Amino acid sequence: MERILTYAEAVREATEQEMARDPSVIVLGIGVDDFKAVYGTTRGLLEKFGPERVFDTPLSEDGMTGVAIGAAMAGLRPIHVHIRMDFVMLAMNQIVNIAAKARYMYGGTVSVPIVVRSVIGRSWGQGAQHSQALQALFMHVPGLRVVAPSTPYDAKGCLIMSIRDDNPVMFIEHRMLHSQRGHVPSDLYAVPFGKARVLAKGSDITLVGISYMTVECLRAQRYLGEVGISAEVIDPVCLSPLDIETILTSVKKTGRLLLVDSGWTVCGASAEILAQVAEHLQGMPQIRWQRMGFAPVPCPTTKNLENLFYPNAQTVASTAFAMVHDNQRSWVPVHKEASEIVEFKGPF
Amino acid sequence: MYEVFYRSLFRIRRVEEEVAKIYPSDKIKSPVHLSIGQEAVAVGACEALRPTDVVFGTYRGHALYLAKHGNLKKMIAELYGKVTGCAKGKGGSMHLVDAAAGFMGTSAVVGTTIPHAVGYAYAMRLQRRETVVASFFGDGAVDEGIFSESLNFAALKRLPLIFICENNFYSIHSHQLARQPASNIVERARAYAIPADRIEDNDVLRIYDVVKRAAEAIRAGTSGPRFLECMTYRWKEHVGPNDDFDKGYRSITEAEPWFAKDQVKRIRDLLVREIRERIEAEVEAEIREAFEFAERSPFPPDEELYTDVFAEATQWSAS
Repeated sequence: MERILTYAEAVREATEQEMARDPSVIVLGIGVDDFKAVYGTTRGLLEKFGPERVFDTPLSEDGMTGVAIGAAMAGLRPIHVHIRMDFVMLAMNQIVNIAAKARYMYGGTVSVPIVVRSVIGRSWGQGAQHSQALQALFMHVPGLRVVAPSTPYDAKGCLIMSIRDDNPVMFIEHRMLHSQRGHVPSDLYAVPFGKARVLAKGSDITLVGISYMTVECLRAQRYLGEVGISAEVIDPVCLSPLDIETILTSVKKTGRLLLVDSGWTVCGASAEILAQVAEHLQGMPQIRWQRMGFAPVPCPTTKNLENLFYPNAQTVASTAFAMVHDNQRSWVPVHKEASEIVEFKGPF
Repeated sequence: MYEVFYRSLFRIRRVEEEVAKIYPSDKIKSPVHLSIGQEAVAVGACEALRPTDVVFGTYRGHALYLAKHGNLKKMIAELYGKVTGCAKGKGGSMHLVDAAAGFMGTSAVVGTTIPHAVGYAYAMRLQRRETVVASFFGDGAVDEGIFSESLNFAALKRLPLIFICENNFYSIHSHQLARQPASNIVERARAYAIPADRIEDNDVLRIYDVVKRAAEAIRAGTSGPRFLECMTYRWKEHVGPNDDFDKGYRSITEAEPWFAKDQVKRIRDLLVREIRERIEAEVEAEIREAFEFAERSPFPPDEELYTDVFAEATQWSAS
């Protein structure tokens, strides 16, 4: 029988099971032990594992990242949680200058097995500093793993993988994914890094969605099916290392690639994927490609502008439709706003 | 005890002098920040710690590395960029490391290792170990926000940790009083309720005593973190092998009192000649051997460019 959990529950379960298995796993971050429990993802951990292994931190993102790194050098496996990725910007020094480089610059004698969990994404007027998705900044830096699972199954498996991996891992979770439901086995399992998933088979166009945009791509795929277009949907799951082979195989078959990021396009994850595809497939002129992502502006708070800022199933489907028809025809599917967006209420 | 101090002080001084001597040959093709003049802080503190205690330092880390009994051959080979170096030639002078000696690494970005010492101390507490951790940093690091963040958390959690500020008055060429409103770093620690001492005269024996007592109190569980501000003086230029008293930012007059309290000479004068000469001969032989080792060691093979970026697949298998 299928066991259905939400993404947030899957994150919580992975953490709890790993903490029970391995006493070196600790959880720290602003609010991890409070009643909100970071969207429920850390609920119950304090009660089960005590305040030495689960603790709130001062508002010192850079310092506490350094504390996590030092603890990791001593053999712990810290999970440092940030309720907004925007706040991780305060820790860039420790992440980029130390975590990513310690193993290399110390000649392989030092390990930094930390997991930096951060929440990205749209919702309910969070605005310019509470909604950024800056995965590309971390993809740029050698020495960091970057993983952005989109399903509850992968959320659990990737988090377990991230905890057990001896490298620093940026674990990126979109707020709109937290309520997504799906099959999650109760046992411990790890989803390996660097393996993309083909979530829907198709022959006319390849849609690659990053993080939450995978969900919108799957909706777009259904819209497209209604007008006779067969879209293949790929979730990279892991952004660094990137499984480019799975994407290449699909693009060679469909001849069209639409990359949809839950972040900006300029120098973004979509730019990197497209660059790698171009390097591999140059000389195949019949291939068409396009990118979608945040509008190239800071995120506005007001609802009507916010809706324009983000790609959604409707804009993805109509862009894909135009690509399939060589921009000779246009079409906009009837679209209902996604329930998770409608239902999500702040202010937290 | 004086023999132990002298061996360590003399060894650091002579290693640094040899590095300075060889530097113009361009055999060391990367920046070196020499510790000459500041040896006493590292030696006094490290001799007061146990071999199993752990230290974190700065890019001016030669003295600390050697004082914590880091491997000299591996250090010189590292400076030469050789594969036999402590970081296989990939780190150089600014990223010395010798985990086996409890020397956990140095960073070229000011202040960045302070929280690592705090985190390491957190792990020691969680694992119920007796280890005391020491964090070494300069007066420049105090300017960084992470200094305050680290002190705050260490005090909050009462961690087994000693903060040691090596105040040499200058961040590169900028005097402390051009960056901070007063010379009161020690007071900042007290603001976090961390017991703090300031030692004015680079006195290696006093530094030893204070660190020894601090480590004992921490190990006994009667004290949380401690803080020590050690006034000291860098004799050479910020980076490189030369003097720089003619560059206008500081004067030889300012330096002279520090030359007069040179701790290498001070402890040497406390030893009988026979012992002193034996120590010096042994240290000179060790240094000669280390430089010869570095000279004849190979550079890393090309494939080393790509190793050590990530840990290889972990011991368990992903399903």
